[in-house]
Amino acid sequence: MLKTFSIGGIHPAENKLSADSAIQALPIPQMVSIPISQHIGAPATPVVKKNDEVKVGQLIAKSSGFVSANIHSSVSGKVFKVDDIMDASGFRRTSIIIKVEGDEWLEHIDRSEKLLTEISASKEEIIKRVGDAGIVGLGGATFPAHVKLSVPPGKTAEVLIINAVECEPYLTSDHRIMLEKGDEVLVGTQILMKALEVNKAIIGIENNKPDAIAHLTKLATNYEGIEICPLKTQYPQGGEKQLISATIKREVPSGALPIEVGAVVQNVGTAYAVYEAIQKNKPLIERVATITGKSLKNPSNWMFRIGTPVKDIIEAAGGMPEDTGKIVGGGPMMGKALSSVDVPLTKGSSGLLLLPREETARKATKACIRCGKCVSVCPMGLEPYLLMVCADQKNYERLEKDAVMDCIECGSCSYTCPAHRPLLDYIRLGKGKVGQIMRARK
Amino acid sequence: MSIIAITILALCAIGVTAAIILYFVAQKFKVYEDPRIDEVEEALPAANCGGCGYPGCRGFAEALVKADDISNFNCPVGGAAVMSHVGALLGHEVKAADPTVAVVRCNGTCENRPRTNQYDGATSCSISASLYSGETGCQHGCLGLGECVEACNFDAMYMDEETGLPVIIEDKCVSCGACVTACPNNIIELRKKGPKSRRIFVSCVNKDKGAIAKKACDVACIGCRKCEKECPFDAIVVENNLAYIDYNKCKLCRKCVVVCPTNAIHELNFPPRKEKPAAKPDAKTVKPAAAAKTEVKDAPKAEPKANDSKEETSDNK
Repeated sequence: MLKTFSIGGIHPAENKLSADSAIQALPIPQMVSIPISQHIGAPATPVVKKNDEVKVGQLIAKSSGFVSANIHSSVSGKVFKVDDIMDASGFRRTSIIIKVEGDEWLEHIDRSEKLLTEISASKEEIIKRVGDAGIVGLGGATFPAHVKLSVPPGKTAEVLIINAVECEPYLTSDHRIMLEKGDEVLVGTQILMKALEVNKAIIGIENNKPDAIAHLTKLATNYEGIEICPLKTQYPQGGEKQLISATIKREVPSGALPIEVGAVVQNVGTAYAVYEAIQKNKPLIERVATITGKSLKNPSNWMFRIGTPVKDIIEAAGGMPEDTGKIVGGGPMMGKALSSVDVPLTKGSSGLLLLPREETARKATKACIRCGKCVSVCPMGLEPYLLMVCADQKNYERLEKDAVMDCIECGSCSYTCPAHRPLLDYIRLGKGKVGQIMRARK
Repeated sequence: MSIIAITILALCAIGVTAAIILYFVAQKFKVYEDPRIDEVEEALPAANCGGCGYPGCRGFAEALVKADDISNFNCPVGGAAVMSHVGALLGHEVKAADPTVAVVRCNGTCENRPRTNQYDGATSCSISASLYSGETGCQHGCLGLGECVEACNFDAMYMDEETGLPVIIEDKCVSCGACVTACPNNIIELRKKGPKSRRIFVSCVNKDKGAIAKKACDVACIGCRKCEKECPFDAIVVENNLAYIDYNKCKLCRKCVVVCPTNAIHELNFPPRKEKPAAKPDAKTVKPAAAAKTEVKDAPKAEPKANDSKEETSDNK
């Protein structure tokens, strides 16, 4: 009996179309636009101006607070302008636009493929350099990694959990990283263990990736304290709290952080980025994304430079299919539809899903029949049908009482609802409002 | 027989005892309530819209009775008539507040503002606004999902299917502000109704730079400052690439309307413009409203005088 989290969950069709496609390097575009806010927290402050020459890996925007992240140039060339351009949600946000000239890297970045297993950096040094490298959680939440590594006083980390679940259907970027960069991931995990001063790490992988489980299990014998934990395929196992429940059978209390139960969770892509930053001095300037879709010619995985326009990766995968109805940034469950293909790919872009028109059409909403399916699939034990009604009626007190803030926005409720009610849309709205009220109270 | 008599007697006895107890309890716990509250409540329109800022008419009546000075209170539904009645009841002098009305500050019709994508999520402006910038290139304008219309308790709004924008029915609007609160993009504003309902306002809330705003919408305010320079009363301020007309300073001279290169400034309920300057205020010669862009050098005061008899209502865009 394989492990999984304790309550709720669904199992949508996996559709991992690009699982066998090796990671390829996406050609460097002529122009990149790098938003200064690609992470949760305060936007970074630009430190370059128009016509400045930049090299690959050079700092172009500085972290502007504790919860914030540095941003580095992903290309070499000249800063074209610092201006507001459209982000993935259509709002205009400050971005640094760089005209590419050649591909000149900063000298101290080690670009060789050689595996460096020796970890010479100290705990403090690791945390500092992870912060300097602008690494954020690459699973999609983009929470600055150094903040998670800085364990608050009075708390101790007991175990590091590496999130290699990739529970979103379609996405395969983490899967490919594990297969192709297995050793690097494990060294990265050891670096993270050193930063947290723990001697145990668990890598949680769903059993729909048997090759990755076998590969890492074999490699892990060379590394001390790393355990590979195969998990039953169940969405949303990649949620932090769900993964902790699945791997170490501990429940994070409502409103608390994982450190409360002695766990720190990092994504497998983050572990790889940490390896690159500490061992190779390479800041977070590129990452892997899956581009996929049933009608797409060539569903594949690409290593792209941050700031590359979305249309470039679509082009690389064989162009946009005729019947595309929606382009979703991220996976089908939690991803967000893009309003334009001109927006840049950012640190949080784990995938791009081109859905055919007939699959995107929303079905007509009907009345709630009180079947309770949403309640049974909610991984946080909430009552989505009730939260939706409360959000619609603006009953924020009740929403807060019913723990709307615990919602992880996984969308299992909307997915399962037989009346096609937009449960999550309303819950997210209510969550936003309650969050505002709670912050105002402080 | 005796059982029936005993029952009746016993019940009477219980009734009398309870009445006596209740009488004393009522005396003991009596809550004094100013009788004027009922009177004032009676005078209020009982719309319970909350437009005054209090929870319903009863709450407003309590606040009015309690207050020493009611000059800052206003019932937008009842307006000056109700407030002077209330003032008389409470023995206060009430200065008539200028009536206000809601205006929609967006003219991004399907024609003026082409759609760049299609939204198929839940039909709610707040949800759409929390997800993304909307169906057009303008991230500030009307989302067109009608949350304001839903919020209106007075049937004073409807969605125009052709333009995709909400329309306010002036006669029904009581200026309670429910639509203002409902709109996530803060498009709707309560503005002074103005003499004969004549108003001038900037029908745009786009704070983007001129080129971007213009690209997204043909009738966007591009922040060119022409109106600011033109205005003889310093009523117009351009901030963040957006002009705003202060209705307390505006003298309705309409000079700004003429200079606006994108027709973002709207005039409502004005008579059609005259061909000739105001030096000869000849009320008979009027030009159709379509030719409103002609340069007119009207003296502001001549306007109403010349056209008193020609009340015409231009369509509320």
